[in-house]
Amino acid sequence: MSEPRHRLMDFVREEIMPHRFCSGCGCGTVLNAFTNAVEGLGLDSAEMVCVSGIGCSSWIPSPYFRADTLHTTHGRPIAFATGVKILRPDLTVVVIAGDGDVAGIGGNHLIHAARRNIDLSVFMVNNMIYGMTGGQVAPTTPAGVVTTTTPHSNVEPPFRVADLVVAAGASYVARWTTYHVFPLLESMQNAIKRKGFSFIEIMSQCPENYGRRIGLRTGIDFLKQFKEQALRVEKANGMSEEELKDRIVIGKLCDKERPEYVSELHRITREQVDKLKKEMGGAA
Amino acid sequence: MKKHRTSPTTDSRYKPARPFNADEFGRVRRILGGKVLFVQGDAAVAYGALLAGCRFFAGYPITPATETSEILSQLMPRVGGVCIQMEDEIASVGAIIGASRAGVKSMTATSGPGFSLMQENIGYAAMTETPCVIVDVQRSGPSTGQPTEGAQGDIMQAKWGSHGDYELIALSPSTVQECLDLTIEAFNLSETYGIPVILLTDGIIGHMREKVVLPEFEEIELTWRREPTKPKEEFQPFLVDSTKIPEMAIFGTGYHTYITGLTHSETGYPATDSQVDHHRLVQRLCDKIRDNRDRIVQVERDYSDGDKDTIGIVSYGVTSRSVNSAVKMLRQDGLKIDHLRLVTNWPFPEKEVAELSERANRIVVPELNLGQVYHGVREAVAGRSEVIPLWKTGGEMHVPHDIVELVKGGVK
Ligand SMILES: Cc1ncc(C[n+]2csc(CCOP(=O)(O)OP(=O)(O)O)c2C)c(N)n1
Ligand SMILES: [Mg+2]
Repeated sequence: MSEPRHRLMDFVREEIMPHRFCSGCGCGTVLNAFTNAVEGLGLDSAEMVCVSGIGCSSWIPSPYFRADTLHTTHGRPIAFATGVKILRPDLTVVVIAGDGDVAGIGGNHLIHAARRNIDLSVFMVNNMIYGMTGGQVAPTTPAGVVTTTTPHSNVEPPFRVADLVVAAGASYVARWTTYHVFPLLESMQNAIKRKGFSFIEIMSQCPENYGRRIGLRTGIDFLKQFKEQALRVEKANGMSEEELKDRIVIGKLCDKERPEYVSELHRITREQVDKLKKEMGGAA
Repeated sequence: MKKHRTSPTTDSRYKPARPFNADEFGRVRRILGGKVLFVQGDAAVAYGALLAGCRFFAGYPITPATETSEILSQLMPRVGGVCIQMEDEIASVGAIIGASRAGVKSMTATSGPGFSLMQENIGYAAMTETPCVIVDVQRSGPSTGQPTEGAQGDIMQAKWGSHGDYELIALSPSTVQECLDLTIEAFNLSETYGIPVILLTDGIIGHMREKVVLPEFEEIELTWRREPTKPKEEFQPFLVDSTKIPEMAIFGTGYHTYITGLTHSETGYPATDSQVDHHRLVQRLCDKIRDNRDRIVQVERDYSDGDKDTIGIVSYGVTSRSVNSAVKMLRQDGLKIDHLRLVTNWPFPEKEVAELSERANRIVVPELNLGQVYHGVREAVAGRSEVIPLWKTGGEMHVPHDIVELVKGGVK
């Protein structure tokens, strides 16, 4: 008798397990939430394309999630995903990558994709550090932190990436942490269902290359801190900068309908094709 | 009951954009108007793309390449395609690779500064064996240089621009007609070999108007990537037969293909720790082009009678036009001139240049840069003939007289 098969095994590339994430890393939690979200939605993984960049977080879908997968260059997954989605609007296209990838080197693609409101779901794993390369400062690293490239302390303030994406015009934006697994899972489902640009900033942990520098040695240490720092957006509204210092505002930051980029592009193509047909007396 | 999630359900709905039938082709012909047109090189590139079945274009404005994207923005929707402007050239190449993987012939067009930005993703296309066409309308560099002037300064970059070992194909048109013909050829080569193909035009040809005759459907051949012949359970995306070219499973057809720029094995999965896998992969990326170089390389020979003691001229792209005039003048003066025009820049027509060196005592290489193809010629000639460069920068073509003077100056 073979061992009973886990219900989510259809969604992972079993042949390349075990995974390479460090012990205590948040990436496993995100993969877990994502596969559960996809299963819960009843999605067929043959009708999904996962696109990722370069970094530990990019390994969540690539190669571990079993769909058509495009593991792109560092910072560019949203650009590649744009081409895929335009060709195949019927497929669910999801980007999962790190904070350095999406908001650092790829920040320009992020804001333009949000502005266009292209129907992609982008799940950015924010571990506040360049994890894969060994713990260098990221555009999301809090000021004052010592990293390998800010050995005398980081003098830059961090991006609040989710707020940036709201301002850029995305349809759906939320922020959660790896402590908030169930709300995260549900939020992923809403993001996938929402037609338009959806973005979730997932605050996550890198005990190896970030935690060790700020005194959080294990995944559990991080989860405890996330729990304490988290503040529902409904409560945070109206609070001062000072009060919000060191807090993580969680929840849905926006959810609105706006014209979607690919549908608009295809509308123009349809109109032009029809116009041509008329001009050519139906001959075209 | 929930449906079985990994079932190959998408096949029936999957309609790849490959308008290879005469109807689709005829529709493009009708949109383009008459059979004989008088247009710019940049326009001819756009028309060639449409005739080749390109239905996705992503670009970023840059002189002297912008006209191609302007024209395609106008025409692409009319033939059922999509043409978009991205936030930069890095994104443009990313988008055309994504679109190609999703099942369409796709293209971008740029000039020097944009071509420099594209290099990382061109390497990605080479590594992942993704067909796509990149047009570089060369202008004077380095850096912003002379935006409105033509040049031939990107020949080496086209081959060596991205890091690591790989082969690709680069073509140099020297007429507006050839801008159209070689764009179609570029798509055919990229689909056949699973590589990015670079079309190296320049600011002069790009903006020059000339007569163009549009081809009939029967006159041209259009190729399409080989799609999987094995059932899904057995298919390995980078397992090859004797052609060394993998079959390509298109996204959304149920193959769950894994595509990465990391060193990968036949399964497509990362094999970054394996010296064996890495060597096998990059060797094959090079071999699939090198093995087929005789099929790929195109040159045009305009040789004198006899087979000894001639004077050779090797040219390519816009410079061939000056050379054509110079050759006439030199022959009128009774000189035995062999003109070898390189249509293919990469892979370098080494054999053809070597053959020329069996005939020619001296070989002149005029080009609009400070020495690029000159080096390839010297290597191929291997000391058999004297190789004399005629370099020029600043945006103007060679005057035929300059070439005549140089050739004659050496005749004792
Ligand atoms: C163009 C380019 N620059 C730099 C790198 C090196 N690099 C690899 S991963 C990485 C940072 C990844 O950080 P992040 O996106 O936050 O992912 P994490 O590993 O933290 O999950 C960098 C800089 C690269 N691969 N490509
Ligand atoms: Mg990170």
